[in-house]
Amino acid sequence: MKRFFRVFKTLLLVYYAYMVEYRAELILWVLSGSLPIILMGVWTQAARQSNFGLTPTDFARYFLSVFLVRQLTVVWVIWEFEREVVEGKLSLRLLQPIDPVWHHVFSHVSERFARIPFAILLIVLFFFLYPTAIWVPSFTTVILFALSIVLAFTLNFLIQYTLALLAFWTERASSLQEFWFLFYLFLSGVIAPLEVFPPAVRTLALFTPFPYLVNFPANILVGLPTDLVQGFLVMIGWSAGFFLLNRWLWKRGLKQYSGMGA
Amino acid sequence: MKRYFHVLQLFWRTAIAAELEYRINFLIAAFTSLGGLIGSLFSLFLFYQTGYTFAGWRWEEALIVVGIFTLLEGFSSTFLAPNLNRIVRHVQEGTLDFVLLKPINSQFWLSGHTISPWGLPDIIFGAIVIFYAGGKLGISPSAYLISLIPLVFGLAILYSLWFMLGATSIWFVKIYNVTEVLRGLIEAGRYPMAAYPIAYQFFFTFIVPVAFLTTIPAEAMLGRTEFGWMIGAGILAIVLLFVSRFFWRFALRFYTSASS
Repeated sequence: MKRFFRVFKTLLLVYYAYMVEYRAELILWVLSGSLPIILMGVWTQAARQSNFGLTPTDFARYFLSVFLVRQLTVVWVIWEFEREVVEGKLSLRLLQPIDPVWHHVFSHVSERFARIPFAILLIVLFFFLYPTAIWVPSFTTVILFALSIVLAFTLNFLIQYTLALLAFWTERASSLQEFWFLFYLFLSGVIAPLEVFPPAVRTLALFTPFPYLVNFPANILVGLPTDLVQGFLVMIGWSAGFFLLNRWLWKRGLKQYSGMGA
Repeated sequence: MKRYFHVLQLFWRTAIAAELEYRINFLIAAFTSLGGLIGSLFSLFLFYQTGYTFAGWRWEEALIVVGIFTLLEGFSSTFLAPNLNRIVRHVQEGTLDFVLLKPINSQFWLSGHTISPWGLPDIIFGAIVIFYAGGKLGISPSAYLISLIPLVFGLAILYSLWFMLGATSIWFVKIYNVTEVLRGLIEAGRYPMAAYPIAYQFFFTFIVPVAFLTTIPAEAMLGRTEFGWMIGAGILAIVLLFVSRFFWRFALRFYTSASS
């Protein structure tokens, strides 16, 4: 256990130092997540002139929350893992007395800490430009939001890492990710809150893991009505499913792995 | 000039031959762009489902904007992304040296030396959407031709901005994602400018000229262009092309080469 904490701390610090080193790159990643802010413009404009069931302020808050959720749950493990497999660099990681996935986990987690200041800066700027949208969530809301973010990140990471394992069999697993990302984009609530979806599509979407990755945490933060218990249970369920699939693929994949280029 | 065409032909032939190795990936790309199109149509439909319309844009008219946007995405993933995103790597690894040594314009080499057929499905689907909506609206063949003018201007604008952003890597070596910011902002072209609040319209016209990429070609197709905007697009395109050329030469003065 003590060893675990030492490894935990070391990896976290190492990757944090690494992430802070490339600040410019990090700022650009934050800025490249501008899609929710763009959509906020279209939706607030639309809500001003027509009734979509939510007020313009609701939309502004919702999309700001989406922006924050995406900043906090972004995952890129598939590109790194694919490169490690294709270039054979995974072999070195396999020699270490620790599962290679922890390197990815900690680089993602520490990147969050390096990224948060920039995201907060942008949010402050946003409130400065759009003061009517300012709201202060209650303490319980913040706790629940934090919990939902942790779960959303876990689920997102597990899904992408599971897809990444397919790199053992195909050279370009990342093109599968692009396909998967489409569903994420259009069903998770990034393009619009699920409340404005036609009922049939909404019901269908709720059977997939996507809405829980964005729409659910964002709704919690804004204070829109959500079924908390159901949401958390579904997220845990999907995570468990992907975890099992992931471990199974990992075992099969290692047998397949040939260590190209190493 | 002739030599450049010949070189371009050679570049693209080898690039296509290389990409054809990955035929299954092409299939995935086709599915991905079909899915992307369905998603774009769905996200547009969300606005129109309750009878709301973007000011002055009926459903079919807004569809044309989506079609042009899809076309543009196909164009950039075929021609722009595979080339311009690589500039950063050339700078980082010092392989830009070899490009500069070649007896050919380095900007030309960097902008044209490869092509990726992956964007082709997007171009096809984009065209289908445009012609479907155009057929419903009864757009005449001459209107399609006229819209080609601002469309070409738009492509030139996009290319110049993208190239210049790529060229900034000469100063800030590790910013391979700077073009992702541009790509993120271009997403605003999914909807006509009239759908945005005034502040956004200002931003996407004068600061990041997304309006020139989709809205203005769509307006030309619908026969409601104001002549001033068309000329403005032309001037902006030509100026930006020259600026990108000048900027590249200027940037090269600061190139110090890596690892050699």
